[in-house]
Amino acid sequence: MQYHTPSSFDDAVALAKDAQGVTRFLAGGTDVLVQLRADIVTPDVLIDIKKIDGVSDIAREGDGWRIGVAVTGAEMSEHDTLAKEWPGLVEAMDLIGSTQVQGRATLTGNLCNGSPAADSVPAMVAAGVTVSVTGPNGERKVAAEDIPVSPGKTSLEAGELVTAVHVPARGKSGGDAYLRFIPRTEMDIAVVGCGINLRLDGKKIVEARVSLGAVAPTVLLVEDAANAIIGTELDDAALDALAAAASAACNPINDKRGTIEFRTHVAGVLAKRAAKIAYERAEAAS
Amino acid sequence: MAFDETKTEDFKVVGQRVKRPDGVDKVTGKAKFGADAVAPGMLFAAVVRSPHAHAGIVKIDTSKAEALGGVKGVVTRADFATGLTGGDLDVLENVMAGEKALYDGHAVAAVAATSQLIARDAAKLIEVEYEVLPHVTDVDMAMASDAPVIREGAADQSVPEGMHANVVRYHESGHGDIEAGFAEADLVVEDSFKTEATHQGYIEPHACLAQLGGDNKGELWCCTQGHWNVQKLCAAMLGLETSQLRVTASEIGGGFGGKTAVFIEPVALALSRKTNRPVKLVMSRSEVFRATGPTASTSMDIKIGMKKDGTITAGQGTFRLQGGAFPGAPMEFTAMCAFAPYNLQNVKQVGYDVMANRPKQAAYRAPGSPMAAFAVESVIDELCKKLGLDPIEVRLKNASKQGTKASFGPTWDRIGLVETLEAAQSHPHYSAPLKEGQGRGISCGFWFNHGGETSVTLALSEDGTAQLSVGTPDIGGSRASMAQMAAEELGIPYENIRTTIADTATLGYNEVSHGSRVTYASGLATIKAARSAVKILCARAAAKWGIDEDAVVWENGCAKPSGPNAGEFDPLPIDKLTRSMGRTGGPIVGHFEATPEGAGVSFATHIVDAEVDKETGQTKVVRYTVVQDAGKAINPAYVEGQFQGGAAQGIGWALNEEYIYGEDGRLQNSVFLDYRIPVASDLPMIDTVIVEVPNPGHPYGVRGVGETSICPPLAAIANAVSNAAGVRLKELPMSPPRILAALENQAKNG
Ligand SMILES: Cc1cc2nc3c(=O)[nH]c(=O)nc-3n(C[C@H](O)[C@H](O)[C@H](O)COP(=O)(O)OP(=O)(O)OC[C@H]3O[C@@H](n4cnc5c(N)ncnc54)[C@H](O)[C@@H]3O)c2cc1C
Repeated sequence: MQYHTPSSFDDAVALAKDAQGVTRFLAGGTDVLVQLRADIVTPDVLIDIKKIDGVSDIAREGDGWRIGVAVTGAEMSEHDTLAKEWPGLVEAMDLIGSTQVQGRATLTGNLCNGSPAADSVPAMVAAGVTVSVTGPNGERKVAAEDIPVSPGKTSLEAGELVTAVHVPARGKSGGDAYLRFIPRTEMDIAVVGCGINLRLDGKKIVEARVSLGAVAPTVLLVEDAANAIIGTELDDAALDALAAAASAACNPINDKRGTIEFRTHVAGVLAKRAAKIAYERAEAAS
Repeated sequence: MAFDETKTEDFKVVGQRVKRPDGVDKVTGKAKFGADAVAPGMLFAAVVRSPHAHAGIVKIDTSKAEALGGVKGVVTRADFATGLTGGDLDVLENVMAGEKALYDGHAVAAVAATSQLIARDAAKLIEVEYEVLPHVTDVDMAMASDAPVIREGAADQSVPEGMHANVVRYHESGHGDIEAGFAEADLVVEDSFKTEATHQGYIEPHACLAQLGGDNKGELWCCTQGHWNVQKLCAAMLGLETSQLRVTASEIGGGFGGKTAVFIEPVALALSRKTNRPVKLVMSRSEVFRATGPTASTSMDIKIGMKKDGTITAGQGTFRLQGGAFPGAPMEFTAMCAFAPYNLQNVKQVGYDVMANRPKQAAYRAPGSPMAAFAVESVIDELCKKLGLDPIEVRLKNASKQGTKASFGPTWDRIGLVETLEAAQSHPHYSAPLKEGQGRGISCGFWFNHGGETSVTLALSEDGTAQLSVGTPDIGGSRASMAQMAAEELGIPYENIRTTIADTATLGYNEVSHGSRVTYASGLATIKAARSAVKILCARAAAKWGIDEDAVVWENGCAKPSGPNAGEFDPLPIDKLTRSMGRTGGPIVGHFEATPEGAGVSFATHIVDAEVDKETGQTKVVRYTVVQDAGKAINPAYVEGQFQGGAAQGIGWALNEEYIYGEDGRLQNSVFLDYRIPVASDLPMIDTVIVEVPNPGHPYGVRGVGETSICPPLAAIANAVSNAAGVRLKELPMSPPRILAALENQAKNG
């Protein structure tokens, strides 16, 4: 196995482009190293991106944020302004693992690992996060929901990597929330996850994005669910319509973590609960 | 004091919450666990395991592995003893597959190399050709007529004609006329229950370091609950003379019954003999799940009749236990424990031991009993509810007492079930109001407890301190309890005694630390060994004073004349006597060897409050109280620890822990991420009440406490959850999908 520590993204691209065999980028390593030790993925080339300048910064970008690809969950939670503007996104990241894992795990790693159950991903999708991707053919911007394509697979081409995460401007009267279902209270993988981001005009919802995790081969952006609450004041009828739309969008599997029926039902329950929290937060921000 | 007296009061050290002697070493990382052993020139081993649930082993090609640099040797079944029969053959088959791999994870070969990484790579180079066979993992399916046969001819004579070859043992017990009993009842409830296999979940994976020469003399260091048993089994597996293998038990990071068997030890020894080097073998967590000894899974039918006043008129239970690809599922314990708490005129229990393509089950705290309680106590709860009766009143009305004929035959001596029920009834928990969405459950539980072969020595040092050597690995703070009992007898401070778990060369045979036997049996042996040392001390004082031995008594660590008639002498403290022992007759050592047979059974009553989120099926245990009879709590803190530990493991078993097999017969959740043991934040503070009804068979009244604590939780939690959810849960674990499905089913069918 080869291990590289490039000092620029260009160098990282050059290494990745020429790499033979299985290549992995090493951010926090909380997926890569676990998979290595468990004989699930044994990389031939490991490219550590933590030595690249600026990868650990959380910086203003217009009224939004630019989050470096090595920023850890703990650093996000400790960033007061980010946590205040995007509590759902920060809480989603904070749900990942334990204190030890929080000191390593990154948003980018969570997204690029390609797990349908990744916790921060529905929150990113609901928030409208985009990422910068650099590769042999230059740079492009990609919506978070377009990165994973199937379990463990991403839309990144050979030699491409993510160089930054862009969180949009919070703006006025907005709120987000992420909830996951796990049978225990900690240290578990989402059986269902739901991220919701919305904006109010007065009491009325004028914008919304609803995203579901762990109920399909990739994260879902559910427009029908958003439409069920846009134009409403999140009354019971709107909540029921939201739950129905969320459940309808599910295409889960039966596995050791939950049944199809269970995931489909709980997706609706979580959507309702997350919407209420996001709504309260938006009201508080009005 | 006479040397065979029972002592029930005026304890000085016993009953104190002293600090455990191993505590500091454990929290500072100094303690040496199984994987901490090293030896010069040591090799590292890795095991090749079957990916198939059931497969013929056609061919094993080790040539590529052997050609890899750093590889020093490979073993297969051919490197073990031949001609074994019965239980020994089963153990060997489990340790290293012969003609067939019988479950996913079954060892088929092992390799030793100069590094762990090379050993792992070499294991991947060993090519095994399998002929995949049909498999079965579910207990009911394994008994069905079309089930594949795991092993022809494994059944013993107890099995009735016409049963499937996978049913290998049968048990029946009880008394009275159950049909007449059911006819007397005002209400009869009959239901079926299932529980999945769970794992003990000990934090330390199995690990050992083996050294065996071509001369068949060896040393073995391992984490185990019983090193004499390891010695005996390994000697058999490798064709050694038992005494030529010395086994030392390391500190142990949990066992709960799961470390009463051998898995990797014979393999490491075979590799060592083959390579002529010390070999270390450490299991990964995934190997622990796939290839050690989880519990049996069960399928059970219960029928109970009750009168309107709560009198149980008859009880009947059928218990089918799947214990892996070998005989041994503890179905007779399940059957015997099921109705043990109750005084029944008419009772019948039947048990089936069923083989399936899963790892060979091992003991897990009160093996077989928790499942029985789950089924029986659920039905009793249902009867109480339908008849509008208080669940504790009903249990008190039917409770076994001294003189009651037990459901499985014997007549009870002094037992403490009624006392635990009364303590539960008067505990503030039982009358505390419940919140919306919460339910309360109670359950009783029973475990036999055990004595077993025991050997202890106590050697006095010249300064009057003592070295206590016991042979039962300390799995729950027993070194502290032993030292307390020795200190009590010798009349010296607790700190003046050092307790060591001696190796197999140092003491006579000691049975495994199981059956909740350690504080009872090694404790009894310690007391008797101390008394034998005191006898010698008194004799030395008598010789010095020139008086009769019987005229000397031992009090507060001193020899004294027994009364005015014995003569006027100043008390002789222990250190005075030990300092001169070389000149007064030689070293002073007390010892005791026996198989104590007065183990006292123990009962418990648990109260649980659970909250169920009816939208998601998620359960939270919000309050938990354990009430259990300890006989006599030598160290109340560690008794409470055992109570809490049993409840915590029971919560996991009841709610989320389970072995999940795929269609392909492979274990799907062999990591802690998916094998859902409770984490700290899943548990409430577990309250404890120690009841002390002395066991007449122990000098201080000790009953074992380690196992009974896991007997009631499955049932108590199931009753709480069923009451909170408004629907009876009959299958464990009560995971959120199962609870939600039960609620939906009820909504559909009313
Ligand atoms: C104990 C434990 C608990 C966990 N709990 C959770 C949980 O609750 N929820 C959850 O969602 N996850 C959980 N995880 C998984 C893991 O922690 C997360 O997915 C984490 O966010 C991964 O981030 P990382 O920086 O460690 O990624 P890494 O392991 O470094 O990388 C993960 C993947 O991303 C790729 N990658 C990394 N950086 C880039 C880049 N810049 N460009 C392109 N590809 C890149 C790598 O090639 C690799 O495929 C847990 C893991 C552990 C060990």
